[in-house]
Amino acid sequence: MSAFVSGRGVRLTGSRLAIICVIAATTCLVIGALAPLVGLVNDHGSWHLEILGITAKFDSTIFDVRLPRVLASLLTGAALAGAGCALQALLRNPLAEPFTLGISSGSSLGAVIAIRFGAERVFGYGAIGVASLLGAMLTLFAIWRLAQVGRHLPPATLILAGVAISMFCSSASLLIQYTSDFTDVMHILGWMMGGLDAARLSWVEYASVPILGGLVILILYGKEMNALAAGAEVAASLGVAVARTQLVLFAVSSLLVGSAIAVVGPIGFVGLVVPHALRAIIGPDHRALLPASMFGGAITLTICDTLARTVIPWNHLPTGAVTAVLGVPLFFAILLANKSKASLWGRA
Amino acid sequence: MWVELAGVDVALGKTPIVRGVTTGVDAGDLVVVVGPNGAGKTTLLRAIAGLLETAAGSIRCFGRDPSAPDRRGLAQDLAYLPQHYELAFPFAVEEVVLLGRYARQRGLGLASANDVEAARLAMAATDVSALAHRRFDELSGGEARRVILAQALCQGARCLLLDEPTAGLDPAHARGVFEMLRRHCDAGAAAIVVTHDLDLALRYGRTMWLVAGGRLSARGAPADVLASAQTREAFQLEVYVGTLPSGRPFAVPL
Repeated sequence: MSAFVSGRGVRLTGSRLAIICVIAATTCLVIGALAPLVGLVNDHGSWHLEILGITAKFDSTIFDVRLPRVLASLLTGAALAGAGCALQALLRNPLAEPFTLGISSGSSLGAVIAIRFGAERVFGYGAIGVASLLGAMLTLFAIWRLAQVGRHLPPATLILAGVAISMFCSSASLLIQYTSDFTDVMHILGWMMGGLDAARLSWVEYASVPILGGLVILILYGKEMNALAAGAEVAASLGVAVARTQLVLFAVSSLLVGSAIAVVGPIGFVGLVVPHALRAIIGPDHRALLPASMFGGAITLTICDTLARTVIPWNHLPTGAVTAVLGVPLFFAILLANKSKASLWGRA
Repeated sequence: MWVELAGVDVALGKTPIVRGVTTGVDAGDLVVVVGPNGAGKTTLLRAIAGLLETAAGSIRCFGRDPSAPDRRGLAQDLAYLPQHYELAFPFAVEEVVLLGRYARQRGLGLASANDVEAARLAMAATDVSALAHRRFDELSGGEARRVILAQALCQGARCLLLDEPTAGLDPAHARGVFEMLRRHCDAGAAAIVVTHDLDLALRYGRTMWLVAGGRLSARGAPADVLASAQTREAFQLEVYVGTLPSGRPFAVPL
């Protein structure tokens, strides 16, 4: 695979960027419009797959059940992949993803605590989502304070702090599960696998504000991300306000990941595989890679979720498991296709 | 003075590296900085570039404190080429050179016709035009060095700070780089160039700074500095400065 936009002497111009965005957005719209029309229907006790809503017509299943779910997957897929792309730029490492920095573990811990102590019974249905967002924000703050050297956030200390916090949060989650009763454990497990069964239109509305806002900010930081690829010191001498850029990228990515996890739980691999695969196709220029990753993430998660709810008739699969099961072979395919170009993986 | 240093001390952590440096650079000057390994040349250059804070004394670049937060303003006047350069993602050569235009771009930062022209001239000046569409991480060490020199030139700054721009370059390209710098400075720019190539430093430098033990131990015309006792002491060897039959001076460490 050779890059057709950057990395191979095809400079990114306004019209090329527009073409990429139009193609990606159109695909995204088509997938988003078709996905609610695909689903399983129970016809006199037997399940069958229905495509394009022929049986169900435009009934409440499509608008009340599938549409919110598709909107949620579009939004959170875009958030996860956009954040993954920004984190890869921030950490100068193509293998970084939302899970590397412990944000998702912190977010999960928040949700686990909420489930264990019955927050839903006290505060209502959205309590778990709010708790996971709080968990993400607290983790963000802890990692930021731990990793900061002077005014900068050096990639090495950021990864170290992230991994440590991540392990702490997963262990704490395990301990809490160990002390929970069976119902809560099942609830926790279900949540941790990540899924959109519980996605509500109202959550999508709440989450859309920070997610869309965050994605716009990230897109505006494309040229700073490019400069950071040469290292903090070179970026600073090129004129980049490095400390501010690092803080913005880190905080905005965390906000995106936290909001996404609050809606759909910790869904892995979208944030890693999507920007990575797109970098192999359209090249490393973040001004194109970031919007492409957003749309790519939205498309990928929507396809995975549509599969998750239609592959087996008697139950929905956890979407997070589907993204991982499909993501890993895709990842290997990219790895094998680019084996000769070790530098796709960063510095060879 | 474009760049002014007054009693500058720089420390890395608690270790003092640069001590009591007072000097200056003005338009048209091509300063060559020589000295043994670990003498503090790179630290001095990074302090002038505003990448390190001074422990004492003051540095002014074009009337401003280079360590102030306004990097964008400084980058339009001052370009810095580090000794080590690692690119995390596989950009093409032309894209790497265009990164130099950051300080002059707004919004998304898509390259304007001016930017593309500046990149073209910079690539021609360092003889990497033919590599424009190659991937940066597939270049040889010397080619990569010339590409990032083009990035620094492309920045359009009045003063260049170059840390060993000719390290790893073949003799013809190394001489080409110094010839280009000389033309650049004769046209009114300025450059501070750290180098270990004493012969090129002698031929193309206008002023030589000898840095030893963190101090500016000699400053003056390259031929005088190289022949001085300070140079002999700093390098622990004699540098022979002579003249070829053609009349051009040369320097050889003995």
